[in-house]
Amino acid sequence: MTSLIPAPARTRPLAVLLKAAELDTRLLGMIGVVILIWIGFHVLSGGLFLTPRNLWNLSVQSSPIAIMATGMVLVIVTRNIDLSVGSMLGFVGMIMGVVQSDFLPKLLGFEHPVTWALTLAAGLCLGVLLGALQGFVIAYLGVPAFIVTLGGLLVWRGAAWWVTSGQTVAPLDATFRLMGGGPEGSIGAAWSWAVGLVACVAVLLLIANGRARRKKFDFPLRPLAADIFLGGVACALALAAVAVFNAYPWPIGSVRRYAEANHVALPEGGLFIAHGIAIPVLIAIGVGVAMTFLATRTRFGRYAYAIGGNPEAAELAGINTRWVILKIFMLMGLLAAISGAVSIARLNAATNSEGTLAELLVIAAAVIGGTSLAGGVGTVAGAMLGAVLMQSLQSGMVLLGVDTPLQNIVVGVVLVAAVWLDTLYRRRAG
Amino acid sequence: MEARGIPLVEMRDVSLSFGGVHAVERASLDIYEGEVMAVVGHNGAGKSTLAKILSGAYRRDSGSIRIRGEEAAIANPRDAKRYGIETIYQMLALADNVDAAANLFLGRELRTRWGTLDDIAMEAEARRVMGRLNPLFQRFKDPVKTLSGGQRQSVAIARAILFNAQVLIMDEPTAALGPQETAQVGELIRKLKRDGIGILLISHDIHDVFDLADRICAMKNGRIVGTAPVTDVTKDEVLGMIILGKCPPGAVPGPGAVA
Repeated sequence: MTSLIPAPARTRPLAVLLKAAELDTRLLGMIGVVILIWIGFHVLSGGLFLTPRNLWNLSVQSSPIAIMATGMVLVIVTRNIDLSVGSMLGFVGMIMGVVQSDFLPKLLGFEHPVTWALTLAAGLCLGVLLGALQGFVIAYLGVPAFIVTLGGLLVWRGAAWWVTSGQTVAPLDATFRLMGGGPEGSIGAAWSWAVGLVACVAVLLLIANGRARRKKFDFPLRPLAADIFLGGVACALALAAVAVFNAYPWPIGSVRRYAEANHVALPEGGLFIAHGIAIPVLIAIGVGVAMTFLATRTRFGRYAYAIGGNPEAAELAGINTRWVILKIFMLMGLLAAISGAVSIARLNAATNSEGTLAELLVIAAAVIGGTSLAGGVGTVAGAMLGAVLMQSLQSGMVLLGVDTPLQNIVVGVVLVAAVWLDTLYRRRAG
Repeated sequence: MEARGIPLVEMRDVSLSFGGVHAVERASLDIYEGEVMAVVGHNGAGKSTLAKILSGAYRRDSGSIRIRGEEAAIANPRDAKRYGIETIYQMLALADNVDAAANLFLGRELRTRWGTLDDIAMEAEARRVMGRLNPLFQRFKDPVKTLSGGQRQSVAIARAILFNAQVLIMDEPTAALGPQETAQVGELIRKLKRDGIGILLISHDIHDVFDLADRICAMKNGRIVGTAPVTDVTKDEVLGMIILGKCPPGAVPGPGAVA
């Protein structure tokens, strides 16, 4: 039987290196698993998985769950749960559909340039309101989150049907549709490189800033080599991702339409117009960055983790715990609304079944990403990676032609296995 | 008794009931600068509740609290901290999943000029304060739940003295500590006394109390039985106060004294 006592750090060079670099080994492990899954599917599917087209699609498909998973981390960290996110997504999606196809055209006419913005604003406000309502009942009336959001799951799903008596709303406003991805809903090669470069510069600045602040207090610094290595790896990854997205060309139909509309002559071999980063992916990344900042650099985030660690201690420290929890559920509602916008934009239709059972995937993504259901522990980056992992599994199985029921079985088994491994890791790491 | 000026803390006729249970009934207590006032009594006598009223964790039903002669409105823990009242709770009240520096500043974080958490400054302060208390402590980045009982106690104490407390409430500080750590806490209390801080010490351990305290107050069933300087009563008399409610001649009787 293998010993559960790890060897002293001195004799394990990898551990020493990782500790010096102050990297979260759990996150690294997850990245490793994702890479293994990708390579596995690539081999099994005969080279279909690791193509620009598939990876681009994967990024778009992961976005709605990833967006909501960032909020679910904070919910679970504070020892609550939100079972209603899928239904909120559906209800807000229906309202947004009706607003842009029925309500606003009456006021502004069809295809008004501002329709998409007003619709999105209405949807976000509604999401925040729904979240606030649930959060109020949970935080101030003391009803357990499980019950309140279980009720919400039923209520908002019913409300979604009620908006149009079950009718699907389609098509949607052309500008709004861009949020769903697709050839027009991507930013193209040039902008993608710009985004990639900005990401590189941002990472390098962050590392440099961290060093400067530590020097100010005479704290021990990470070895310069480690900082350079990390910065280099992060930049390389960002630029590699952009390169992959830029390698995925528009389909021939879109290219022809574009050529006609812009009076460009189509050369013999066709015109290569790169997709670039999809807009929903940009939204997801933006949300991820904002949520990470919120969780790690603001008092609000600190209080969320403190409440999860010891609610009584947080109260005694003078933290307004109920207000923090209310805000967390409002934030969850907002993120569900953003996901809703992306989902209906991708479908180019608002249906009342949109987002059904999404909450389970969102919770699974957060938990696979390292969020403990006991509260107090979890990272935003881990949750987004969890969403990518789960979507990779599903996407790969689709490529292999696996039936949906079997897919569900696999996803369920992987979820339990991932959490079991996480429990082992925590026990061992103390 | 010699005149000692205005007491640091003066609680007059403080009462608190939970439903029909009178947790604290017309309790009056003084704490002077640089003295340790110990409150003793059975479990359920009301000592922790009285301490929590002063620390803002509970809101009193009636009665008044004065700090240096001025009426103090203490409705929540924040208010108490504003008056310079810091508390070390029996269960330490530390957030286990967060590190020592974060716990020290919980609720009172240092912020950069952009409003974000200034983790580096907080860690620097934490190192300074913990260095005075426990120079060997180095694990500033580990979550507090991985620390030993004594280290956690150091963090709780550091949190209390970091913000220039005038009044320190210690609720059973040595209950979970071994002899060496108990001695360290004793040293700390003596040092704080020399600094002019008033200490309210809740304890069920008579020996500790006679070691560390200047005055003793005994409670029974929510009422104060009697208050006396430690030199004017014996341990047996104090036990008599706790168990029987019998106020000895060396003590000033309170509402709970049996006639």
